[in-house]
Amino acid sequence: MSEERVGFFTDTSVCIGCKACEVACKEWNAIPEDGLSLTAMSYDNTQALGASTWRHVAFIEQPRPEGRTELPLAQGESTAQETPVGGDGELRWLMSSDVCKHCTHAACLDVCPTGSLFRTEFGTVVVQEDICNGCGYCVPACPYGVIEQRPHDGRAFKCTMCYDRLGAGREPACAKACPTESIQFGPLDELRERAALRVDQLHEAGVTDARLYGHDPDDGVGGDGAFFLLLDRPEVYGLPPDPVVTTRDLPAMWQHAGTAALSLLGGLAACFALTGRGRR
Amino acid sequence: MSTTGRAGRRRRRGEQPVVPRADFESYYGRPVIKAPSWAAPDIAGYFFLGGLAGAGSVLAAGAHLTGRTTTATALKVSSLAAVSLSAAVLIHDLGKPSRFANMLRVFKPTSPMSMGSWLLGAYGPAAGAAAASAVTDRSPRLGGAATGAAALLGPVVATYTAVLAADTAVPAWHGVHRELPYLFAASATAAASGMALVVGPTDENAPARCAAGLAALADAAVTKAAERRLGMVAETWREGRAGALLRAAQVLTAGGAVTGALFGGRRGGAVASGLALLAGSACTRFGVFAAGIASAKDPRYTVVPQRERLDEASA
Repeated sequence: MSEERVGFFTDTSVCIGCKACEVACKEWNAIPEDGLSLTAMSYDNTQALGASTWRHVAFIEQPRPEGRTELPLAQGESTAQETPVGGDGELRWLMSSDVCKHCTHAACLDVCPTGSLFRTEFGTVVVQEDICNGCGYCVPACPYGVIEQRPHDGRAFKCTMCYDRLGAGREPACAKACPTESIQFGPLDELRERAALRVDQLHEAGVTDARLYGHDPDDGVGGDGAFFLLLDRPEVYGLPPDPVVTTRDLPAMWQHAGTAALSLLGGLAACFALTGRGRR
Repeated sequence: MSTTGRAGRRRRRGEQPVVPRADFESYYGRPVIKAPSWAAPDIAGYFFLGGLAGAGSVLAAGAHLTGRTTTATALKVSSLAAVSLSAAVLIHDLGKPSRFANMLRVFKPTSPMSMGSWLLGAYGPAAGAAAASAVTDRSPRLGGAATGAAALLGPVVATYTAVLAADTAVPAWHGVHRELPYLFAASATAAASGMALVVGPTDENAPARCAAGLAALADAAVTKAAERRLGMVAETWREGRAGALLRAAQVLTAGGAVTGALFGGRRGGAVASGLALLAGSACTRFGVFAAGIASAKDPRYTVVPQRERLDEASA
C-alpha cells in the first residue's frame, strides 16, 4: 500500500433511510438498473447487495417502544433491556446502509483465478472488469454475500470504494451524498478511534444495544475496511455474526487433498498387488 | 415481521445455554451469503468427470504394468474422453469461451481454481498422449511415460475439486473441508473401477472389483464422518434433493461393489456392477453440490453455527 488505508465507518444510529447513498452510488458508477419491484420488506425494495447494487439500505421494523427519536432522551432512564418487548404496538426502525467490507483478508481476492480482483494502494479490493472471466468463484467465497455476477454478462461486480474518486483525492460518492454523516469516509485508524468514542457516547446515553461490527483487526477476516455501528445483532441486518475468510483453512485443505490423493494411489496399488499379474 | 421473535431468549439466571436455540434471526429470511451461480450439470458434472479421469489413469497404469492391456487401453481412452469433456463443461460455464485465456494469466496457489487450471493443463496432454500411444501402438516409451505422469497427476485431479468446493463460505462444503477430499477420492475410485468393469474383459477385472469394494467402504465411512462434523448443517446433506441423491449414491455404490464382488466374473454382472458404481459416483457429486446450494440459500446454516461459535467464545 503506497497510500494510507482508507475505509468507511457506517454509523447506523444516525441513518435516516433516505437512500441518497444508493442513488449517488448508482449515478457515479453508472450502474445499470436491476429491477424495480415492491418487496413488502418495509421501505427496502433494493433487497440486497449485488452486481448492480453496491450500497443497500436495510429497513428493519421491530415491535419495541424505543424509537430513534427517543435516543438522546434515554439517558439514565429506561434502557433497551428493560423496556417490555412489543409494548404498545410501537415500532422501532433500524436502518443501515450496507456495502462491500473491503476485508483485510479478502476471500474473493484470494480465490480469484485470473488476478482480476486486486488490492489497491488505498487498501481496498477492486475487480478489473477487463480481466474478470466470469468464473464466479468469488461469489460463494465472500462470507458477506457481497460480490455477484451480472446476469447476461457473467462477470463479477462490486463496490470499488469509488477507486476513481479516491485517485483524484475525493471521497466516495455515497459518503459525499450522506446527509447525516452516517457514512463516514477516512483513514481507517482514525475511523476506528472515532467509532470507539461514538459507542461509548451511546452507551452513556443508555443505548446499551450499540455495538461495533467489523472493527476488530483480530476477527475472522482481519477486520473490515468498511465497518459499522449497529443497534442490534448483526444477523438482524442480514450480516453474518462471525465471518471467517475461507482461505484461512486452505493449507489444511491442500494437506487433506494431498493425503487423499496418496490414499487413492496407495489403495489402487494395493488392489493390483493383491490380485497379481494379468488374466484375473 | 422479518426477524424471528426474541421472546424465546432465555432469562434464566445462572444457567448456561445448553441446547442450541432452534430460532435464529435473519433479515426477512434472506440468505446471508450468495450461492454460486454455477450450473449443476457443468460443475457437479465436472467433479464427476475429473474423478473418473483421474482415478481412471491410476487404474490404467496399474493394468498397463500388470499386463491387462485391453483394460489399460480402454481406461486411457475413457480418461482422455472424461478430461476433454471436463474442459468443455468448465469453459461452457464461463459463458464466453474466449474468456478462458484469462485463467492462465497467473499462477496463484491461494486459488484452487487457478491451480486446477494448471493441473488440467499438465494432466490433459499426459492423458492424451497415453491414450494416443495405446490406441495407435506407437511410441511405447513415450506412451509409458505419459501413462505414468497421468497416474501421478490423476489422484490430484480427482481430489483437488474437493478443495475447490470447500474453499468457499458455503456451509455444507466449507464445514467438511477436512473430509471432502477423501469422499471425492472414494467417489472417483468408484467411478473409475465402475468404468473398468464396464469396458474391461472379465478376466482382467479383479483389481477393479477390489477397488470398488474399497471405494464403497470409504464412501460410506467418510459420508458418516462428514455428517457428524457438520452438526446441524448436516440437514442439508440429508434433506431434499441432496438427501435423495446422497442416499441413492450410498445404495448404488454399495450395491455396485457387492454385485462386482459376487458376479463380476460374468459379463452381465460386471456391466451391471460398473454402471451402478458410475451412477453412484455421479449421485455423490450432484448430491454434495445440491447440499451446498441448499446451505447457501438458507440463512439458518450461516447464522446458527456462527452464533453458536460466538456464544461459546463469550460463555
